[in-house]
Amino acid sequence: MFRIKVPRYWRHKDFRYRLNAWKCNHCGETHFFQPLICRKCRSRDFSRVTLPESGKLLAYTVVRSPPEGFEAQSPYIIGFIELDDGTRILGQLTDCYPEELKQGMKVEATLRKIREDQEDKIIAYCYKFRPAI
Amino acid sequence: MVRINSAVIVGYGGYVPRYRIKSEEIARIWGRDKSELPVEEKAVAGLDEDTVTMAVEAAKIAIKRAGIPPSKIGAVHVGTESKPYAVKPSGTIVAEAIGAVPSVTAADFEFACKAGTEALQFITSLVDAGRIEYGLAIGADTAQGRPGDALEFTAACGAAAFIIGRDKNEGVAEIEAWTSYVTDTPDFWRREYERYPHHTARFTGDPAYFHHIVNSVKNLLENDGYTLNDIDYAVFHQPNVRFPLVAAKLLGIDLEKTKPGLITGYIGNTYAASSLLGLVKVLDQAKPGQRILLASFGSGAGSDSYIIRVLEGIEVKRSLAPTLDKFIERKTYIDYAIYARHRKKILM
Ligand SMILES: [Zn+2]
Repeated sequence: MFRIKVPRYWRHKDFRYRLNAWKCNHCGETHFFQPLICRKCRSRDFSRVTLPESGKLLAYTVVRSPPEGFEAQSPYIIGFIELDDGTRILGQLTDCYPEELKQGMKVEATLRKIREDQEDKIIAYCYKFRPAI
Repeated sequence: MVRINSAVIVGYGGYVPRYRIKSEEIARIWGRDKSELPVEEKAVAGLDEDTVTMAVEAAKIAIKRAGIPPSKIGAVHVGTESKPYAVKPSGTIVAEAIGAVPSVTAADFEFACKAGTEALQFITSLVDAGRIEYGLAIGADTAQGRPGDALEFTAACGAAAFIIGRDKNEGVAEIEAWTSYVTDTPDFWRREYERYPHHTARFTGDPAYFHHIVNSVKNLLENDGYTLNDIDYAVFHQPNVRFPLVAAKLLGIDLEKTKPGLITGYIGNTYAASSLLGLVKVLDQAKPGQRILLASFGSGAGSDSYIIRVLEGIEVKRSLAPTLDKFIERKTYIDYAIYARHRKKILM
């Protein structure tokens, strides 16, 4: 049975809901979740940044054999996206079918349900990307 | 009469999910007569959508038009009868997702299909009283009709959001007056743990919808000194295509003033979002100086009616975000089997 780790889901909500991330003040590296030290330059000095909600689709793949906990929305599409500020990010694509997707097309972030705990029923919401409207 | 001094819509947004099912397709499954269907088609949420995600979609559009930092929003209230959680407010998730936390009030309102206009009354009052600078009122629903029931043809999904502020210079429309008309009428209800609502068919029209809307609107016009000539558009709750037109007729309102905001034929009854999406549709086309009559209906039962005057700001702000038509026209038809999966009628 698939379970969601509630404290971790809660800790990550700034990024999952709003793309609020951390930027290293020393080397500029973007960290999605609060880091202790920068993976690139070992600095401990960070600022909060909100990543842009729009970007372009670099690549995608259709997931037909989902990992546990993701069955309810299968098949679904995972995209590799370059946001307008150059940040590259993985995310599910939504409101689209694979045949509608083109490399380089504009996409925008939206909040969606990503999975539900099968026992406690808590809902995990997260950013996904959809073709720009 | 109690005048509203300063409550203006500074941003608005409507959201309709991508998927549609035709009434004909539902009729095919249940062997119904296809000649008299209440709507053409209805909007169906995606597998990853619920009331909260649709509320966030509409809110983000409203924020784009308002052009204010979300941290200035002091209240987020969601009117809905399809909260994802029985206990755990939708408002907190929406407030968090748009960045309005933590200095914010965030409760959910429930009053069947008028929960959204009820949230709007509350936000309007908080702003008018000077308690908050900006507030966000949302009507959103993923309505469920029992398979085979008459409601299944219309119960649809959508959301509408309004940011209310005080400054007319940044407004798209001014809320001039509102009133409510409420009685205990058992026309439609759902008990806890029940999946689908029950309704008293013979109550639905006259004692419920028409009685409450007509009296609410009459009271508003009389108390606040308006006449039908002051009204350029009339938007009613839209459980089907016929009811709002009959309500207009009963009130003596020209049908041509009602049709511009009548969208239920293409998206179905979006419950708490229904009349508010009609308002969004009208704001997408209205001109400064025009007046809109808005009257919701919620089973149980009651009607909130509003007089809203369009301001100069509409012209610029309308173009800052996608209009409702973008979402109405963005559609993909699904058959009953896919619909059953989307609306969790297939249990895994
Ligand atoms: Zn660094």
